[in-house]
Amino acid sequence: MGSAPAPPLGPALSRRWDPLWFGLAVLSIWQLLHLRVGSEGLASPAQTLHRIETLFGSSNFWSNVASTGQAFALSILIAVVVGTTIGLVLGLFHEAGDVFDPILNALSSLPKITLYPIILLFFGLGMPARVAFGTIHAIFPLMILTMNGVRTIRPVVRKTARSLRLSPVQTIRTVLLPAALPEIFTGLRLGVALALLGVLVGEMFASDRGIGFMLMQGVERQDSATIMGLTVLLFTIAVSGGVALLAIDKRLHG
Amino acid sequence: MKRIALIRLLVMAGAVALVEVLCRTGAISRFTMLPPSEMAVALWGLARSGTVTADLLFTVINITVAVAIAVAGGFAIGAFLHGVPRLRAVVSPLLAGYYAVPIFVFYPLLIVLLGLNRLPLIAIGALAGIVAMIVNTLDGLDRIPRVFVKTARSHRMNALSTALLVKLPAAAPHLVTGIKLAITYSLIGTIAGEFLLSVAGIGRHVAIAYNNLDNRTMYALLLLLLSSVTVVNVVVHEWDRRLRRRWGRP
Repeated sequence: MGSAPAPPLGPALSRRWDPLWFGLAVLSIWQLLHLRVGSEGLASPAQTLHRIETLFGSSNFWSNVASTGQAFALSILIAVVVGTTIGLVLGLFHEAGDVFDPILNALSSLPKITLYPIILLFFGLGMPARVAFGTIHAIFPLMILTMNGVRTIRPVVRKTARSLRLSPVQTIRTVLLPAALPEIFTGLRLGVALALLGVLVGEMFASDRGIGFMLMQGVERQDSATIMGLTVLLFTIAVSGGVALLAIDKRLHG
Repeated sequence: MKRIALIRLLVMAGAVALVEVLCRTGAISRFTMLPPSEMAVALWGLARSGTVTADLLFTVINITVAVAIAVAGGFAIGAFLHGVPRLRAVVSPLLAGYYAVPIFVFYPLLIVLLGLNRLPLIAIGALAGIVAMIVNTLDGLDRIPRVFVKTARSHRMNALSTALLVKLPAAAPHLVTGIKLAITYSLIGTIAGEFLLSVAGIGRHVAIAYNNLDNRTMYALLLLLLSSVTVVNVVVHEWDRRLRRRWGRP
């Protein structure tokens, strides 16, 4: 979208309320669906809000949040360190990149949820399995985008580093990583969203703690208020986090 | 280029051989993982016994319908949002955050709405793919060069033929990317739904085998599932790449 000329004041003022109208429309559809299927199928917006209040007051909820947060942070950390390292190596050695590029693409588009029995057999129930789940979701965009970022650095940049006789470590730290940073950040942005999804899915299948576990409990108990409450919270966090990261991403790509 | 493909084949063969050795020597216990050769043998036995054919068909049909809904619906919604910028401005943050939420949490709701049959699975698959198609349709329509539309106008083309003969081909590369992603995501969504709480399908078979500690069947099914998904993905990826090359776009 190009920059349009400044719109007249009238529509601009009314446009400000657009999100409100949209929100109201969503809430009314939600309420209507609720009236159709009943509280067991879909809790009403009011019931959901009430459940969120109850959740905020319960220590059980916060310990599950902490547990999910911990698994999420560890997954991101591992994915960033391992993913950028592998991506960097594959980006630097062109042939290795050519060899692995299709393999990485194929692996990254596998439905990783199907791997849950294998992950469970290898790691058992608990923290390691959840972190593994988050990491296998987050690591591929980081690897692929770091590799592409390093590959598309203009040759003159690397030549300059060579003519300055920078050591390999200096070259990576002061030239290659900064030059590939916008791409790496895009990988991180995608990775963060996928890691959250991965950890939640891992908890749904393979855990006795965390938000994903609470979701699965809600599913088993047909407790729609908890499911909707947690979904609203997750969606809010994901959307605001996504919007913030996207803003940084756009600035980096300038 | 041929040499690269050969090395790639060797790398993959090496990886499989490594797993085989680790399993055979007991570094990975048999209760954790079967040697790949035994997985293949078990898969062959399973295919010959025909016990999974019906479930496989169930899954494949669900995925096909889900993809069709995701692509057609995503295109229609994308085109509609493109025409209504005010609505689009409100909806776009939701589109951006959509894929961070595990949509399978809506599965129980969908079962209540649609019944305990294949429809909720199709709906989950379609929901998983549709947003990728919406986003790429919007992208494609955004990037139609303005001069194309002006040229169409100077040729006095009407709205319909401008849309069909000018806009659609100009947006096609993005639409193809959207279709590619919709296929991948719908596949993931449908299979995930089957794993979660399913009435039939490959996912349910895997879950049963896992619960019965029947590693032979489980690994055979996973091998079948992952290799078919990989074949689909590679074919779609290759199709996308060829079209791009023919259209001369990156």
